[in-house]
Amino acid sequence: MATKKRQSILSLEIIKQATIDSLIKLNPVTLFRNPVMFVVEVVAILTTIFFILNLCGITKENLFFVFQIAAWLWVTVIFGNFSEAMAEGRGKAQANSLRQTKLETKAKLLKDINDKEYKLIPGTELKKGDIVLAETGSVIPGDGEIVEGVALIDESAITGESAAVLKQSGSDKSSVIAGTKVISDWIKIKITSNPGESFLDQMIALVEGAKRQKTPNEIALCILLVGMTIVFLIATATIEMFALYAGTHIPVTILIALLVTLIPTTIGGLLSAIGIAGIDRLVQHNVLAMSGSAVEAAGDVDTLLLDKTGTITFGNRMADEFIPLSGVNELELADAAQLSSLSDETPEGRSIVKFAKDKYQLRERNLSQLNAEFIPFTAQTRMSGVNFENSEIRKGSTDAILDYIKRKNNDKSIQVPQELTQVIERISTSGGTPLVVARNDKLLGVIHLKDIVKGGMRERFEELRKMGIRTIMITGDNPLTARAISKEAGLDDFLAEAKPQDKLELIRKEQTKGKLLAMTGDGTNDAPALAQADVGVAMSSGTQAAKEAANMIDLDSNPTKLIEIVGIGKQLLITRGALTTFSIANDVAKYFAIIPAMFYITYPELGALNVMKLATPHSAILSAVIFNALIILLLLPLALKGVVFKPLGAAAILRKNLLIYGLGGIVVPFIGIKVIDILVNFLHLV
Amino acid sequence: MFNQLKTAVSMTLILTLITGFIYPMLVTVLAQTFFPSQASGSLIIKNKNISGSKLIGQNFTSDKYFHSRPSESNYDGTKSGGSNLGPTSKKLIDKIISTAKGLEKENPNISPPADLITASGSGLDPHISIAGAEFQIPRVAIARGISEGALHKLVVEHIEKRQFGILGELRVNVLTLNLALDNFYSK
Amino acid sequence: MNLNGILQIILYFFVILLLIKPIGLYMTRVFNKEKTFFDPILCPIEKLVYKLSGVNSKEEQNWLEYAKSLILFNLIGVVVLYSILRFQNILPFNPTKSDSISPDLAFNIAASFTSNTNWQSYVPEGTISYFTEMLGLTVQNFLSAATGIAMAIAFIRALAREQSNTIGNFWIDLVRSTLWVLLPLSFIFSMIFVFEGIPQNLKPYVHARTIEGKIQILPQGPIASRESIKAIGTNGGGILNANSAHPYENPSPLTNFLQLIAIFLIGAALTNTFGRMVKDERQGWVLFTAMGILFLFGVFASYYFESLGNPLLKDFAKINMEGKEVRFGILGSVLYAIVTTAASCGAVNSMHSSFLPISGMMPLINIMLGEIIIGGVGVGLSGMFLFAIIAVFIAGLMVGRTPEYLGKKIETKEIKMSVLAVLILPLCVHCFSAFACTTPWGVRGPLNMGPHGFSEIIYAFSSASGNNGSAFAGLNANSFFYNLTTGLAMLIGRFLIIVPTLAIAGSLVRKKLVPPSSGTLPTTGLTFVFYLILVIITVGGLVYFPALSLGPIVEHFLMISGKVF
Repeated sequence: MATKKRQSILSLEIIKQATIDSLIKLNPVTLFRNPVMFVVEVVAILTTIFFILNLCGITKENLFFVFQIAAWLWVTVIFGNFSEAMAEGRGKAQANSLRQTKLETKAKLLKDINDKEYKLIPGTELKKGDIVLAETGSVIPGDGEIVEGVALIDESAITGESAAVLKQSGSDKSSVIAGTKVISDWIKIKITSNPGESFLDQMIALVEGAKRQKTPNEIALCILLVGMTIVFLIATATIEMFALYAGTHIPVTILIALLVTLIPTTIGGLLSAIGIAGIDRLVQHNVLAMSGSAVEAAGDVDTLLLDKTGTITFGNRMADEFIPLSGVNELELADAAQLSSLSDETPEGRSIVKFAKDKYQLRERNLSQLNAEFIPFTAQTRMSGVNFENSEIRKGSTDAILDYIKRKNNDKSIQVPQELTQVIERISTSGGTPLVVARNDKLLGVIHLKDIVKGGMRERFEELRKMGIRTIMITGDNPLTARAISKEAGLDDFLAEAKPQDKLELIRKEQTKGKLLAMTGDGTNDAPALAQADVGVAMSSGTQAAKEAANMIDLDSNPTKLIEIVGIGKQLLITRGALTTFSIANDVAKYFAIIPAMFYITYPELGALNVMKLATPHSAILSAVIFNALIILLLLPLALKGVVFKPLGAAAILRKNLLIYGLGGIVVPFIGIKVIDILVNFLHLV
Repeated sequence: MFNQLKTAVSMTLILTLITGFIYPMLVTVLAQTFFPSQASGSLIIKNKNISGSKLIGQNFTSDKYFHSRPSESNYDGTKSGGSNLGPTSKKLIDKIISTAKGLEKENPNISPPADLITASGSGLDPHISIAGAEFQIPRVAIARGISEGALHKLVVEHIEKRQFGILGELRVNVLTLNLALDNFYSK
Repeated sequence: MNLNGILQIILYFFVILLLIKPIGLYMTRVFNKEKTFFDPILCPIEKLVYKLSGVNSKEEQNWLEYAKSLILFNLIGVVVLYSILRFQNILPFNPTKSDSISPDLAFNIAASFTSNTNWQSYVPEGTISYFTEMLGLTVQNFLSAATGIAMAIAFIRALAREQSNTIGNFWIDLVRSTLWVLLPLSFIFSMIFVFEGIPQNLKPYVHARTIEGKIQILPQGPIASRESIKAIGTNGGGILNANSAHPYENPSPLTNFLQLIAIFLIGAALTNTFGRMVKDERQGWVLFTAMGILFLFGVFASYYFESLGNPLLKDFAKINMEGKEVRFGILGSVLYAIVTTAASCGAVNSMHSSFLPISGMMPLINIMLGEIIIGGVGVGLSGMFLFAIIAVFIAGLMVGRTPEYLGKKIETKEIKMSVLAVLILPLCVHCFSAFACTTPWGVRGPLNMGPHGFSEIIYAFSSASGNNGSAFAGLNANSFFYNLTTGLAMLIGRFLIIVPTLAIAGSLVRKKLVPPSSGTLPTTGLTFVFYLILVIITVGGLVYFPALSLGPIVEHFLMISGKVF
């Protein structure tokens, strides 16, 4: 997955800030949002109290041992907080770089659209509905819509795209984003968001753990984790009473150690970081999401609606073949085609020149040197061409050229030759556009203009298919052309002659079948469909209406981004599932470490369960607690980067992840705890 | 709510009638008609006296009889059940060891098989293992004054096979074996 | 372990496998109201029942109405049974002159039989009259089983239907499972049982004069007719104290084998009914495979450890026959113990308390896992659904989609209710056991000393909360304390699980079916089977590890090192 603004995970600045934040996050009121970690904090406080009681000689347990357990419990909580703070920090750094400009901006506030005088206020104070003036060289202070004027705008601060964009009121290109710069002319902008509600602000809120709304899926997972925490809480609390029956007593510190190692602290500590990191990854791809659930929905998408133009094809028809009629040399046709197009600045025209050059080594010539006159395309003639002193070349639609030939020959009875009809029919069936070329009174042949499918699309759609995602191409073309292109690009289906409401219709129809759909759009008439789609990505270059209807905005305005967005959504969910599995599977080893140690005094026979051969009961318990804390930190990079995602079928992904995180989750702690135990004893910590 | 209650009550009554009266009564009538002996407890009637059920074990103390397994309830028909002592129970271990030691005197040549020194689950186990019967042959032979070979033959005749050649274990019904013993040899 | 034993296990599993499809198909037809063989006899009866009780057979219920009907019906069941027990001394069919049952024991029995637990803290011989036996206990054996089946069917409908509001009609499901499923099967099994020697009469106890001239009282009664439903409905309550160890309840290896078949029959076949109703039989086979693997693991582990014999007696008894019957032997006893606890039946043909520690722990683990290995009729399958939902939730994430099961999105509500239902069992087991361990009335209960005594307590509350009914029967459970606590545990373990389960059904039934694609988590392959097992063990099982360590596990190591108590 290519990323534009990938930053190093270990940026010193972020680590510093995260460390401070992780201490601030110890505040129980905010930590309560994370029940698993909250429980750890409560027992950390308890253990600390026990340590103090021990210190005062009120209770008598191994002082240094209790101290270490208490310390490691605090470390566990802090590591959990640190994970969240790190993810936040990275997200914020990302967002801040976007926000920077905005903060410093002064806005020229107008009372109304006709106001001549403006008042300078800070950009952050702008409210929805305010009208501001932006002139050459000034930075646009807030998201909004142009109500008057035309301007060339540099959006590179947000999109990284260096070419300036022309924006004007009343067009599809009327919306502007805060932080972009006016290069020439002036515009009046109606602000469309209140302070704190702009895309940027929403984005920033999404990467700030404290303000972040949990997604439904996170809530469900949280419930599962809380349930397990409760049951382990009861299970450990009752051990004391069971031990009482066996005529013994278990020190509270040890019960607490067991509890903390059993409850799902690993996933509890990383859950929020995973969510934030997912959104952060989107930002790195220059996509702003309106909510965390939109990102998850992207992982669920099973149908992608892709606009043909710009997404699947380059959007311009290009010359692909010269087909001479019998009696005409192919080179002759190529030469005529090129000559007729030399001054044709349409993409089709340029493609003809280039094709002739590439395939027939015909160099570009200069029309003025040839003393020729270019005849541009008009709606009346429906053809273009070039006039030399003694000859004329024309290219155009079949009908137009036929008329031209009739006129030239002064013979109205001329019919389209059988040969030509066949060629034209072949081209049409394959989805192409035929352009007939004639010189003077003679038909030369046909230029096959074709919608060229972007390179690599076929492979990407194949990947999507493996992931179980269907692709549907939306196009205004006729069904014939649409079928040909969709077949060539390897799409699953197509919607031809599509009007905006057809798109909406299609989405509704698919949704009643239980499908989740994603689409991109930029025009105002895309808005209803964008709103209806489960994942609607608006192009940043699109209209305000489109952006408001969508739940994601692509700052690069790159329609193919949809495919990456799906990948990011999936990766987020996979990371969450994998680390949950890992966390739960960890418990097996922890039991084998702590249970024999716990009942060491009453039932030394249970030492048989000490399969790791940990040195002493205290070192065993301490090692399990240390492992439990460290694993959060060790898995943090994985949580932030996300589990490697390869487009495979679900069955294959499950098998792979189950092996790594399920089996790994069982095996790793056995090794980890053993290693820590060796270290603990080597350092004489117990 | 009242309708619900009415439905629930009448449903309870009707289904009680069907499953609690009609069904068991039908089974009883058919059972008594077609399998009267089994339906009445497979009783052994000897001289118009009921001398037990061939399914229920009895306590034998005389040396002339093959003995049943130890029983927690001493073959009291109304107190079925086992000892429920666990594998680390001192009481159980002591009891089994003392039973075993007691039996060793009877037949010093072989050690008594497990079933003869452990109590059954029902306390009414009618069977002993073949080894359990073989183990007792010397004692019965001496008490009855008959040859061990003849007794061995009798035991073999009374071996109950595995059902369909696979289900259950090989065993000897002590009551029927002892009845046969009484029939063939004078007391 | 010997070859014949292993062959018996294989034969048993094979016969169950053979029966799954026909019985599964039959039940599918019954609950879809399609034509069946028994229709000519049963349809008129069914119509009459609805007419008399005012049930509109065309009407369906949403989950809440369904749950209300179920609870109300069972509540009445508790009251009726309690009353019968209290007044059996003045009711007819009492040739044994059984007396009125004390209030605490009557509550316990009423809770026990309506919750399909059939835990028995009393000696039935001389305590239970024939009236109670038939119109009280036999009835609840049918009705509690029918309740379980009804719930499972309702849940299956919720998975099979799309954007519906109703999950069926409790009364119809109840009547159909009773008349079409339980009665015919019970009838057939009863007749075979009588043929094999199980008594069926209403005669007073027989006084026999034994060969050595002593008096032996032989209990009688309508035993066969309840023996069959006891097994088929996974009830398990003994008609006689020794339960299926008693020669009158289980006279031959064949009756033993048939009881084993009967215990698994409906539970196993329901997986197929499920598959058929959701139009993908493989879904059912997946659940059965997970169950089968766990079951076979339990059987072989238990058989292996039990065959080792007690090292404390190695010079005396090669095999551990304490508490076992000669006709069943080690395998027949171990297999029964695993089957009865896997299936929430609770009938026993040997005394689990006298098993060696590890082989005695396997039945306990079966109960603790929530009896989802085949499980109690209906409840076992729905318990498995709960685990499947949790498994799908985590595994679904792992393939990069928000989770779905059979095309139904698993969301907050389903997880909330599943977690609640799955966690009630461990909470109940731990809290009640801890309570018993710290009160004098509780500590007084166990017969055995040392860890085995603790095992008795933890087994008792696992069995009660899990609605199993088997016991480490040394525990003196007929005390006010244990009657009350186990009675409560049984009711909580039954109805506090049924209600959230039905709530999930109510939520699922409203959902759209998301069509599967290659990106959907497949819930049919072996990978999913193993993931499901992993979830069952980690989410459902690991929590018991400390308690088991203080019971059977430590007892095992103590036994090896030669300690006795």
